[in-house]
Amino acid sequence: MKTDIILAGVGGQGILSIAASIGMAALKINLHLKQAEVHGMSQRGGDVQSHLRISDKEIASDLIPKGKADIIISVEPMESLRYLPYLSPTGWIVTNTKPFINIPNYPELENVMNEIKKQKNYIMIDADSIANELGSARSSNMVMLGAASPFLNISFETLEQGIRDIFGRKGEEVVNVNLAALKAGRDFAEKNR
Amino acid sequence: MLGDEAIAQGAIDGGMSGIYAYPGTPSTEILEFVQHAPLAKERNIHRLWSTNEKTAMECGLGMSYAGKRVMVCMKHVGLNVAADPFVNSAITGANGGLIYTIADDPSMHSSQNEQDSRALAKFALIPVFEPSNQQEAYDMAYSGFQFSEKYKLPVMLRITTRLAHSRSGVARKEVKPENSVKLPENPTQFVLLPAIARKQYKDLLKKQELLEMESENSVFNKYIDADNKSMGIIACGLAYNYLLENYEDGKVPYPVLKLGQYPLPKKMIQRMVNECDSILVLEDGYPVVEELLKGFLGIGINVKGRLDGTVPRDGELDPNIVASALGIKQEFGSDKPKIVENRPPSFCSGCGHIDTYSAMNEVVDRYGRGRVFADIGCYTLAALPPFNAINSCVDMGASVTMAKGASDAGLRPAVAVIGDSTFTHSGITGLLDAVVENTPMTLIISDNGTTGMTGGQESNAVGKVEDICKGIGVDPNHIRVITPLKKNHEENVKIMQEEFEYNGLSVIVSRRECIQTLKRRNAMKFAKKMD
Ligand SMILES: Cc1ncc(C[n+]2csc(CCOP(=O)(O)OP(=O)(O)O)c2C)c(N)n1
Repeated sequence: MKTDIILAGVGGQGILSIAASIGMAALKINLHLKQAEVHGMSQRGGDVQSHLRISDKEIASDLIPKGKADIIISVEPMESLRYLPYLSPTGWIVTNTKPFINIPNYPELENVMNEIKKQKNYIMIDADSIANELGSARSSNMVMLGAASPFLNISFETLEQGIRDIFGRKGEEVVNVNLAALKAGRDFAEKNR
Repeated sequence: MLGDEAIAQGAIDGGMSGIYAYPGTPSTEILEFVQHAPLAKERNIHRLWSTNEKTAMECGLGMSYAGKRVMVCMKHVGLNVAADPFVNSAITGANGGLIYTIADDPSMHSSQNEQDSRALAKFALIPVFEPSNQQEAYDMAYSGFQFSEKYKLPVMLRITTRLAHSRSGVARKEVKPENSVKLPENPTQFVLLPAIARKQYKDLLKKQELLEMESENSVFNKYIDADNKSMGIIACGLAYNYLLENYEDGKVPYPVLKLGQYPLPKKMIQRMVNECDSILVLEDGYPVVEELLKGFLGIGINVKGRLDGTVPRDGELDPNIVASALGIKQEFGSDKPKIVENRPPSFCSGCGHIDTYSAMNEVVDRYGRGRVFADIGCYTLAALPPFNAINSCVDMGASVTMAKGASDAGLRPAVAVIGDSTFTHSGITGLLDAVVENTPMTLIISDNGTTGMTGGQESNAVGKVEDICKGIGVDPNHIRVITPLKKNHEENVKIMQEEFEYNGLSVIVSRRECIQTLKRRNAMKFAKKMD
């Protein structure tokens, strides 16, 4: 079992919190893990990506080869398209639909959505609205993780356990908010896949 | 652990008493990790930021002189700044274990160039360790001190961005005690008078043979034989992973030399040359190994790599580039759609640099653009639209001195823009040149009170900028302090105009706290209140 995940977004959107949650779950079930991150210059409102690889065998490269990613999780729609060359023919795109517009030449949103719809396997989710409905705008990344959860080869319970471990320090309430966000994302994905 | 963190942990566990560094992507997280490590606090390991890479390296050398184990960290271009102590410390040698961790940035993710520090190590005759994963990074830092003490030589731990900033599991070893203070046996070991230096240089040359033997027997260098001898592959550092990635279960059909320690192990390479028809060199950075094997005329050994186009001449390696070099067929996903636009990094909203530049641009436009020499930091982002405000960014401190040179050539007004941390890193000496000649130019110090670009480390300039300027002789009437806020725009424009018109040296300190450190401070205050 091996899952190659590309996380995408804009500097400051917190894609590494998604990576950390998956990583924690993977370690729970003793999987190998390698994760390449972007630090420094490109964080300041620029595009950022992270390669996360989990496997029951040893992993060689920190970087996912092009054409091999099982899933692209993007917290921003245009950013989900930037990494298409990495996606395998059977891979999934799971993307937030809320654009982050900090450049003057951001394309027409409709064109972005159409490009995503041209792909074979995709889930488009308005994670921000779902998080808002749950009363916690900040947990939209957990909604995203929930939406990606059917494709990670990690059981939903293990992901939940990972989240309990990560947020446990912050109290029961924070844990529950994040678990609810995870579940909401999962439910959306199950209905729309 | 991040590669950077693994190195920090390895050094702590290996008995390190001090770490000296100046921030620089991708090396910054090493010292930061030590700052947060409980054992470092318990042992009171030295872990404050240095003013620049040269001061860091010299402090490191001093700690080594006193017998303790010490690590010095910087990004690759920092080694240019520290080149003088670097090269000379090979000749003095070390006493307590001394590791220089140098982080290269192939593909220039956040740098001005992609120079390869292995070339500088070879120049200085310093042995190099190059890890292929986080565990090796830990092990090399851990055992590097001992190696350094055995040969009484500083060693280089060379990493690249990819290793520094990627994460995987690391197994720790037993924590070693620190050394106690112990002076060098030879009291003149560190006195490089010509007569002594000549002798020590000969010693350094003699050591090379022993270092080569170490490389032959190193656990970090492995010769992995295989049946298909049409080609042998030398894979340095991370390149080894990219190689394995391309074969099922990592079973490479060709003989492979996995290289992690330099100088090059001659016997291992000789064996590969004898047994294989050609050699493919996979290395991140410059074709350092390849050039050595190929020789100037390229006659003799059949070597493939960056020089003959088998691998691109520049940029970082990745599994796909290695696959192409091996002639492996690949299938990529679909192309990036044309509508996807670049998203360059930009100023944070609310950043003080923005207001400094809006005022400056208004004044500069009265004379015409093309006269602003800037430096390296967040404020360099003003090179991009909509600001298009600056005309140079070369190396830390060059703003001041390039403005001086241009002023000497007759460009008036000549303007320099520098950040507070860059000013203390390398701006002060250049400013002294301008003081001595009262050069007509204006230096704008855009002071956000932190080392912003690298993530907000403490800046050694805080609370000292005006005093430094006064202290080295800038006329106090022409040291102006402004606050870059929209509401002060007109006043700031007026002050800049006055100083641009002044026929002598002036300094404008434009000071407002970095929006990121401000946010962090407020969040911490809030958290404290909640406790
Ligand atoms: C010789 C060298 N060392 C370190 C760096 C990495 N570096 C780039 S910008 C920067 C910080 C500059 O801080 P400051 O001048 O205060 O400007 P700010 O980013 O806060 O605006 C550093 C450390 C470098 N490019 N060159």
